[in-house]
Amino acid sequence: MADYKEIIKACKDVPGGLIEAYHAIQKEYSYIPEEALLEAAKVFKVSAAQAYGVATFYSYLKVGKRGKNVIRICASAPCHIAGADKVVAALEKELGIKMGQTTADGKFTLEFTECVGQCQATPVITINSTPYGDVTGEKVAAILAEYK
Amino acid sequence: MTKEMPVLLANAGKINPTSAAEYIAAGGYQGLQKARQMDRAALLQEVKASGLRGRGGAGFNAGMKWGFVPQAAPVKYVVCNLDEGEPGTYKDRIICQNNAHALLEGMAICGAAISSQQGYIYCRGEYPFVVDLLRKAIASAKESGALGSFDIEVRMGAGAYVCGEETALIESIEGHRGEPRFKPPFPGVEGLWKAPTVVNNVETFACLPYILVNGASWFAGIGAPKYPGTKIVTLTGDINNRTFFEVPTDITLREVIFDLGGGIPGGKKFKAVQVGGTSGAFIPEKDLDTPIDFDSMGTIGAALGSGAVLVLDETRDIVDVVARISKFFEHESCGKCNPCREGTFRCREIMEKINAGRGNENDIENLLLLSRVMQKAALCGLGQAAPSPIESTIKHFRPEYLQKMN
Ligand SMILES: Cc1cc2nc3c(=O)[nH]c(=O)nc-3n(C[C@H](O)[C@H](O)[C@H](O)COP(=O)(O)O)c2cc1C
Ligand code: SF4
Ligand code: FES
Repeated sequence: MADYKEIIKACKDVPGGLIEAYHAIQKEYSYIPEEALLEAAKVFKVSAAQAYGVATFYSYLKVGKRGKNVIRICASAPCHIAGADKVVAALEKELGIKMGQTTADGKFTLEFTECVGQCQATPVITINSTPYGDVTGEKVAAILAEYK
Repeated sequence: MTKEMPVLLANAGKINPTSAAEYIAAGGYQGLQKARQMDRAALLQEVKASGLRGRGGAGFNAGMKWGFVPQAAPVKYVVCNLDEGEPGTYKDRIICQNNAHALLEGMAICGAAISSQQGYIYCRGEYPFVVDLLRKAIASAKESGALGSFDIEVRMGAGAYVCGEETALIESIEGHRGEPRFKPPFPGVEGLWKAPTVVNNVETFACLPYILVNGASWFAGIGAPKYPGTKIVTLTGDINNRTFFEVPTDITLREVIFDLGGGIPGGKKFKAVQVGGTSGAFIPEKDLDTPIDFDSMGTIGAALGSGAVLVLDETRDIVDVVARISKFFEHESCGKCNPCREGTFRCREIMEKINAGRGNENDIENLLLLSRVMQKAALCGLGQAAPSPIESTIKHFRPEYLQKMN
């Protein structure tokens, strides 16, 4: 795993690079470790509060640990009426956790999201940003198998 | 016979979207060449005369917007809005995945008109694969020499709907929380890093090469005279053809839903359609013969917005759908101004109460009052538009609210 210090350094001279740095860190870790956030604050010469304020503003960014694979279920109206709740139920059952939780082995986290722009195939989930469309309760196990 | 009209999507499936060479072989980058040979005033005039208006929701004349940029400023920016956060919308992704160079060319044409050397594309965080595609396309265009000295950088958003608002978007590129700025000054005068900045939607930019090549009057002659050109619509919900179409702007909603969309599955009847994404009004059957253009939609109290079309059949619980939508706005409100921060919270609270069967008629009156306050007093379009699904469904589908109260 690349060191977050290196990642932050690489974005240092990019104007407005703080968010770019967060993206790069999250790509590596699947979340932004607290220490990385403090390091970013130092490098970009903002207060820790500001660095935190930026990271927590964006729902795609997560400060603090979460699972290796982040599963997001779209809850926006088109997916809502296409049966997103059934997909939620199937995922919770398959993984044995509730929405917002992480499996004990640290492999999966379940989150809600708003529209991810794949609305030709509602309901939609994403796993680490890869979209899966026309998801049904029956398809969930096969999709997860790729990540187990 | 109802008309699809592929202009921006005419290359779809025919060329590799990242390859400048294939785009050029299909006639690409000729509009930019032409633009660079024109003097600035003539180019601005050409874009104005085409009647091209913004495809990102506000419908502002593109040439006029560019005209506000003070020429004397040493640095100016061209910014493309690819935040595409409006639920039910994916047309900008489709444009990029099929004809990315038309976007790049359009941005460079804008660069020629305002004499800017630097463009930014702000792409939503949910589209990392589009970011990759665009970076490849930019590299290919640079290598081919087609962009000349005009540079384009791609920046990634991070899941905040409000960052589609142009000043919030600028804040986000600068690396800050994406909170809208007070206007004026407008971005055309003081935008990214305080420099004059033109912000346009992907679809707006992608029209430009075709306008330059075929002429302003060609474009002005397509579709509705006051909002000419084509529009890409994305169909979701209870519709047989859950897909996208590029259509002239004078097509009616009924044609979109029943001809192109193939009508409603399972022989069910139509109940309502929400146009323009989740911030749009719900429209009843009686208004379906309205053309989709910006001004016509305005006459029925609706908005074309992003061109998303969400169809609900007769079995759908409209109060439940609107309750879900009110949750969206509570979540996405940035919290900078009180009418929206507090208003979206209260709207969600009351909608959930009604949806759970615990509401009364007083709640409806309170929702309408809240709507008026938010429309008038919210700082940005998010808070101003958030009540429109509520208000329009109370107007057209009040019995469904009352049903939940017995
Ligand atoms: C809450 C909010 C979200 C918006 N989201 C988008 C968006 O995702 N894409 C977009 O092009 N415009 C969006 N807009 C409109 C922009 O502020 C701006 O008007 C537009 O990018 C200008 O480009 P145009 O003139 O080409 O339409 C949004 C506005 C608001 C208030
Ligand atoms: S209207 Fe809402 S989103 Fe816009 S500035 Fe106010 S609080 Fe933020
Ligand atoms: S509404 Fe779910 S992906 Fe767009």
